[in-house]
Amino acid sequence: MNSDQSQLNNQLNLQQQQGVKQFLTFIMADEEYGVDILTVQEIRSWEEITVLPNAPEFVKGVINLRGTIVPIIDLRLRFGLPVLDYGPLTVVIVVKVEFGQGSKVIGVAVDAVSDVYSITEQDAKAVPSLSESSNCEYISGLVNVGDKMIVLIDLQKTMDI
Amino acid sequence: MSIDLSQFFEVFFEESFEGLDTMEAELLNLVPGEEDLETINTIFRAAHSIKGGSGTFGFSSVADFTHVLETLLDQIRQGERELSTEHINLLLQAVDCLRALLATLQSEQEPDLTEATSLKVQFEHVLGMKDDTQKSSPQSQEEKTGSNTYQIDFKPHHHLFKTGNEPLYMISELGELGELETTVFYDEVPDITDLSSDECFLYWRFFLDTCHEEKAIKEVFEWVEDDADISIELCGGLFNSDEQVLPNHEELQQVVAPDLPTPIAIVEPTNKPKQPIVNQDKKPASTPESTSIRVGIDKVDSLINMVGELVITQAMLNQLSEQDITSATITSLKEGLAQLAHNTRDLQENVMRIRMLPINFVFSRFPRLVRDIAQKLNKQVELKLIGEQTELDKTVMEKISDPMVHLVRNSLDHGLETVEKRVLAGKDPIGTVTLNAFHQGGNIVIEIMDDGQGLNTKKIKEKAIANQLISADNHLSDDETNELIFMPGFSTVDEVSDLSGRGVGMDVVKRNIESLNGSVEVTSASGVGSTFTIRLPLTLAILDGQLVKVAQHTYIIPLISIVESLQIDIAKVSRVGKNLDVLRLRDEYIPILRLYDIFNHKNAIESLDKTLLVVVEADNQKVGLLVDDLLSQQQVVIKSLEANYHKVDGVSGATILGDGRVSLIVDISGLIKLSGLKKPGSQELTIEPQATLEEI
Repeated sequence: MNSDQSQLNNQLNLQQQQGVKQFLTFIMADEEYGVDILTVQEIRSWEEITVLPNAPEFVKGVINLRGTIVPIIDLRLRFGLPVLDYGPLTVVIVVKVEFGQGSKVIGVAVDAVSDVYSITEQDAKAVPSLSESSNCEYISGLVNVGDKMIVLIDLQKTMDI
Repeated sequence: MSIDLSQFFEVFFEESFEGLDTMEAELLNLVPGEEDLETINTIFRAAHSIKGGSGTFGFSSVADFTHVLETLLDQIRQGERELSTEHINLLLQAVDCLRALLATLQSEQEPDLTEATSLKVQFEHVLGMKDDTQKSSPQSQEEKTGSNTYQIDFKPHHHLFKTGNEPLYMISELGELGELETTVFYDEVPDITDLSSDECFLYWRFFLDTCHEEKAIKEVFEWVEDDADISIELCGGLFNSDEQVLPNHEELQQVVAPDLPTPIAIVEPTNKPKQPIVNQDKKPASTPESTSIRVGIDKVDSLINMVGELVITQAMLNQLSEQDITSATITSLKEGLAQLAHNTRDLQENVMRIRMLPINFVFSRFPRLVRDIAQKLNKQVELKLIGEQTELDKTVMEKISDPMVHLVRNSLDHGLETVEKRVLAGKDPIGTVTLNAFHQGGNIVIEIMDDGQGLNTKKIKEKAIANQLISADNHLSDDETNELIFMPGFSTVDEVSDLSGRGVGMDVVKRNIESLNGSVEVTSASGVGSTFTIRLPLTLAILDGQLVKVAQHTYIIPLISIVESLQIDIAKVSRVGKNLDVLRLRDEYIPILRLYDIFNHKNAIESLDKTLLVVVEADNQKVGLLVDDLLSQQQVVIKSLEANYHKVDGVSGATILGDGRVSLIVDISGLIKLSGLKKPGSQELTIEPQATLEEI
């Protein structure tokens, strides 16, 4: 568990072990966040979007994803982080989130994508119980990779809009 | 050698359902005593093809059942038997039963044969009757429905097989007489070493629920009387319904069984464990939305023609692209593109037409429904169908049929009076319910009219006040009061009948129709009748839209809701209340809705003068939408926002424009709700314009 790189090289072996999941991580406000890679459909660059009237602030609008209308969520706004102008590194991670009544495809705008890590379930630590106000309801766990800490996101709760 | 027949199942089911529909429709046309031979022939042919098909595909339960039905029809056809109302009722029940059977087979489930068996017994009973006995109908009716349960103990002697008899045949023969429950006892079977294969060690106890006489049972055992101990006893009384049969059987078993060895298996009655699932009412189980569609060959032919033209246009454009670009080629290129646009549009329209079916598919179920309900309510009703050939999108059709059933039931149950009341009121004792469908603009309009007593406006008002839906000092007009029945949880019926309670579920009807982008309204006159009008878009997939610019965003307004577009003359605008402007347009006052305001877009229209106003109409109300610019008109394909997001107020959906951008389609009635405007006629709007009239 020391070197990230060797982990990536040994992905195949690790995947055979039980409880190993791969996470795509991305950067927002210098923090690294991770989502289950199996939910990720594609990664797109920022593009022009159509604004939805009277939508919550964090719903930036909708885009045309090969004929399907997909809403775009600004995760910074969703997590209450300071707003950042969209730049060339800004990416939209298109995720498929399973809800009770079916799945929804949603785009998530983040600062930049970072890496893919394999993480065993034992490594993921529970979120320390903080006060209700600190948005930790969207977080499913914390994990250390090398000397970095990655925040794993609970997509169902985050995208329940 | 083996051909996979299952690939034809779908066709078989489709044809069978069609056949059943035909049978039902024709049966309803039959009048005892003056039956038309051709009608009977049609019914017979439909039954015959179902029988043939089900036999071929190995659905023996269906084939067996249809066989008795066919026999009866054949006798009527040959003039050997006179048609009676009981026959028609029985045949209609059989159609329902067959439909349910086929539906379960289609969903690859084991069919429940309880109903089929009991109907079959009734048929056999009818068939067994002499023509003259069936004239005394009340008596025969009783015999038909009543049946006896016999307990039969059958203990063959060991040498039974040697006499050439086979108990299995007798058991199946018994099964044909009625509902059979079989218990086999094996305690006399010796050790395997002593077992002789040509001796019979088993004995049976049967409970037979049959309407045949004891003699018929004796006949089954006629050949083995001397080779077996047989006792036939009548137990239990007359059963009038299936439900009673089984509990009684269980009781009997408890009483009789203790002195007998434990039975190992109950062979015959497959219906027993299924009994709780049996659908108690006689309606067929709800069939799944059909996934295939039958299309007339002419529609397919015209499609092929169009594809041919498209290919030619494409070839032409291809050829042009190989030439050098000159002004001459540009002209022909433009021509070619225009041709392509034309072809595409034609093709699109025709593909859409494939989905269009005559509304008859929905209407055709009503004659039966009306007949059944009228019989139940003891009312005399005539059903008139107008505009059955009006075409409607298949998806819309499937979704509209339930709300329509609800409305028709309501009309029959609460709208139409009883015969006595009608005579007292000086009306024709036979009430009329009319279903009328026609196209109007881009909509289909379906009217459900009855000539009954009309809505009780006073009662509705009282109820609404009691339920605090409106205040006691309201000034609602009669029409507005009637609209209240669409409010959730509204019922004026003191006792809710099993058919319908007017008002109960009316909100569901309204909601269902609105989910199809349609609307429903009611008009009613006391003593004359009431009319429900349903308006629906022809198709859910495509609409003609006017692109408009609001702030920097492009929105689409459905063309059908646009009345006119105009430039505002500031002299005709007056301010009402705090922040509502109205425009006087001829003799109307049109409230002006600022779209950018409602949709929360930043925009700064300083003055209303010379700005563009699109006057739209929804829910019988006209409003003007303030837009920055009018862009092109085009057909747009409706995409759902709900698929990945959720409903957005004031927006009915989205579409993708030619350049790939997403544009939102404005939902006019949602917009009116969002803007907080109420319908004209309610207080807020009527008082103020009155004042402004003098100002101007």
